[in-house]
Amino acid sequence: MNTSLWIQIGLFLIALFAVAWPLGRYLASIFDEQLTRRFIWLDKFEYGFCRLIGTNPAEDMPWQRYATAIVLFNVIGVVVVYGLQRFQSELPLNPQSLGDVSSDSAFNTAISFVTNTNWQGYGGESTMSYLTQMLALTVQNFASAATGIAVVIALIRGFTRRNAAGIGNAWLDLSRAIFYVLLPLAFVFALVLVNQGVIQNFNAYQDVKLIEPLEYAVPKNNLDGQPLQDDHRNVITETIKTDKQTIAMGPVASQEAIKLIGTNGGGFFNANSAHPFENPTPLTNFLEMISIFLIPAALCFAFGQMVGDQRQGWTILAAMTTLFIALAAVALWSESHSNPLITQLGVDGSMGNLEGKEIRFGIISSALFATVTTAASCGAVNAMHDSFLPLGGLIPMGLMMLGEVVFGGVGAGLYGMLIFAILAVFLSGLMIGRTPEYLGKKIGVFEMKMVSIAILVVPLLVLGGTAIAVVTEVGKASIANPGAHGLSEVLYAFTSAGNNNGSAFAGLSANTSFYNILLAIAMWFGRFGVIIPVLAIAGKLAAKPKLTVTSGTLPTHGPLFVVLLISTVILIGALNYIPALALGPIAEHLQLFTR
Amino acid sequence: MKNLIRPAITLFILISLVTGLLYPLAVTGIAQIAFPEQAAGSLLKRGDEIIGSTLIGQSFSGSTYFWSRPSATSPMPYNASNSGGSNLGPTNPALIEAVNERIKNLRANHPEKEEKIPTDLVTASASGLDSHISPAAAYYQIERVAAARNTDTAIVKSLVDRSIETPQWGLLGDSRVNVLRLNLALDALEK
Repeated sequence: MNTSLWIQIGLFLIALFAVAWPLGRYLASIFDEQLTRRFIWLDKFEYGFCRLIGTNPAEDMPWQRYATAIVLFNVIGVVVVYGLQRFQSELPLNPQSLGDVSSDSAFNTAISFVTNTNWQGYGGESTMSYLTQMLALTVQNFASAATGIAVVIALIRGFTRRNAAGIGNAWLDLSRAIFYVLLPLAFVFALVLVNQGVIQNFNAYQDVKLIEPLEYAVPKNNLDGQPLQDDHRNVITETIKTDKQTIAMGPVASQEAIKLIGTNGGGFFNANSAHPFENPTPLTNFLEMISIFLIPAALCFAFGQMVGDQRQGWTILAAMTTLFIALAAVALWSESHSNPLITQLGVDGSMGNLEGKEIRFGIISSALFATVTTAASCGAVNAMHDSFLPLGGLIPMGLMMLGEVVFGGVGAGLYGMLIFAILAVFLSGLMIGRTPEYLGKKIGVFEMKMVSIAILVVPLLVLGGTAIAVVTEVGKASIANPGAHGLSEVLYAFTSAGNNNGSAFAGLSANTSFYNILLAIAMWFGRFGVIIPVLAIAGKLAAKPKLTVTSGTLPTHGPLFVVLLISTVILIGALNYIPALALGPIAEHLQLFTR
Repeated sequence: MKNLIRPAITLFILISLVTGLLYPLAVTGIAQIAFPEQAAGSLLKRGDEIIGSTLIGQSFSGSTYFWSRPSATSPMPYNASNSGGSNLGPTNPALIEAVNERIKNLRANHPEKEEKIPTDLVTASASGLDSHISPAAAYYQIERVAAARNTDTAIVKSLVDRSIETPQWGLLGDSRVNVLRLNLALDALEK
């Protein structure tokens, strides 16, 4: 641990808040209609737009209708993303003539991108045509982020409205999120990325002549494509000599920008943000980390603004930031150590654990990125989490297990945290014998039932899925690393899918029909199993009158509530996952450091 | 439900056209005009021939060149159309075995070096395409390269010193050396 580390975290947070604050004000002005009231032409444009898509901008949807609209919009997304992958060989913009994606992989990817998970069972540059990357995946990067924003805005309306029948117009919310927020941000950021070296073209993959010809061994296959073996059952290899390197190309920057701003995380290339064409410099790395947290942080400010009490937004943000700093410090501390099994062979360990990391980022920027990407439900990676030391790998996993509420996904982080806030209010209400209320709304039985579903559905998917995978042969066959680490790989996969993160312990061979289908189920229900209860809460709260603040009201701002909120989040996460973590990363840590 | 289907479909089509076609095409158009070299992959040319990208590493194993980091891409190292890391966990015997092989190879090729080996020379990067090594890893190889090229060690060392890229704004990232650029500079020395 050194000063440069704390300077970097400090700089990161200051820069983040400096851009998130104005963006938060802007977000609030969009969704509480200040913007359209101020600019009448915009209001007229919106009216025309709504007529075009066939909705009345004045329609105020009850929560059931709002939820149906959101699910319907996302189901269409699944069908289209699936279809584009299945027929990509017959569609244009496929210079490498990549074949159609298999049905189970295409299904998994469709669910994955629609649910803002962006789990990737495939390698981008060897699977997806440029058209699929743009028209299927990039579109969903926008659409899924807009879904998150729409849902959290609807929830906030639940607090701000009184005796209201509806929670807003889903079509208008989705459109505003995309056209006023996501698209302009992505456009500017994409150009900054190109300036720094991220590619943006439609060229075929570029062959270059190597400075030094390369020899490598490949397994020799028989006529059926099976590897040949000699008498001792060793695989027979042949040596191939080449003086050519083929460099993958594509429209990367446009997808990269929204991948981070929308906390999606699905890489254009297999190596994701570790690939030099996705993340070429330490500066792009810094900006990519900022853009992951940008909207989640801004939404906290927008929340404070919309409920008419900035302290409420700051309180949520303070809880998130505290958890983030604490866990980032552990990840950085872990990765700055080297693997003792390697140093004992005569390797200088002072540079830390560099397996699966890029030199241009080094330990600090890699471990910080891993913390950011899993605190938010982004899932982009600039280092391979599978090769982190056990506790370094525990942090990303643990952040996801907290429910993706430490900044969290675009929209999803804030609505997740507000669910925990309601729970915290409820628990403290029980302890001090007061009727639980949050932001002037009485929390009733129905709301608490929905909170319980929203909080428990994901652990059920994560632990249930992991259990199924580790007791079946087909599940165990995909594990790459032996021992406790193998369990961590599977646990990580379901944690990532259920919480809609999308990063991986990528050694797991997840592109099998078993994992493709099981993880798709976890992703879908991990997303909509939370969204629907959240919208139900929004609807119920909007219909209630607003209570006046009395001396008996528990204040939901200030340090005390920050502590209550953090404790609730940690308590739920710990109760759910500590046993599983003990068998995975904690067991491996003890194996590694106590011999 | 019925009057939700039409807006769902029209909105989806509209969003697809704007964010899936218009947006990437507009970014491409502007990028081609404003930053054509970066947009095309920061490619390096020697004469008319494209010999690499400054951002993408290449594999070197000959004694006259500085070596890049190990790469876990398949089927060959530094396969720039199939990026990825080893994903070997810290307790995996396969990782320790691979590192051991690399150490043996480094020791055999640098018999005069008795100090500990820099970590990045024995560990694979995340992308498998890392174009950089640490300054320590470059210094480690100076004597071998100088001897193989019959050049003065001091000359090679000064070349390495000049090749070190410092952290951006003195803060972001680590000091590093671009191996491809360094090796091209070495070749240029002899001309």
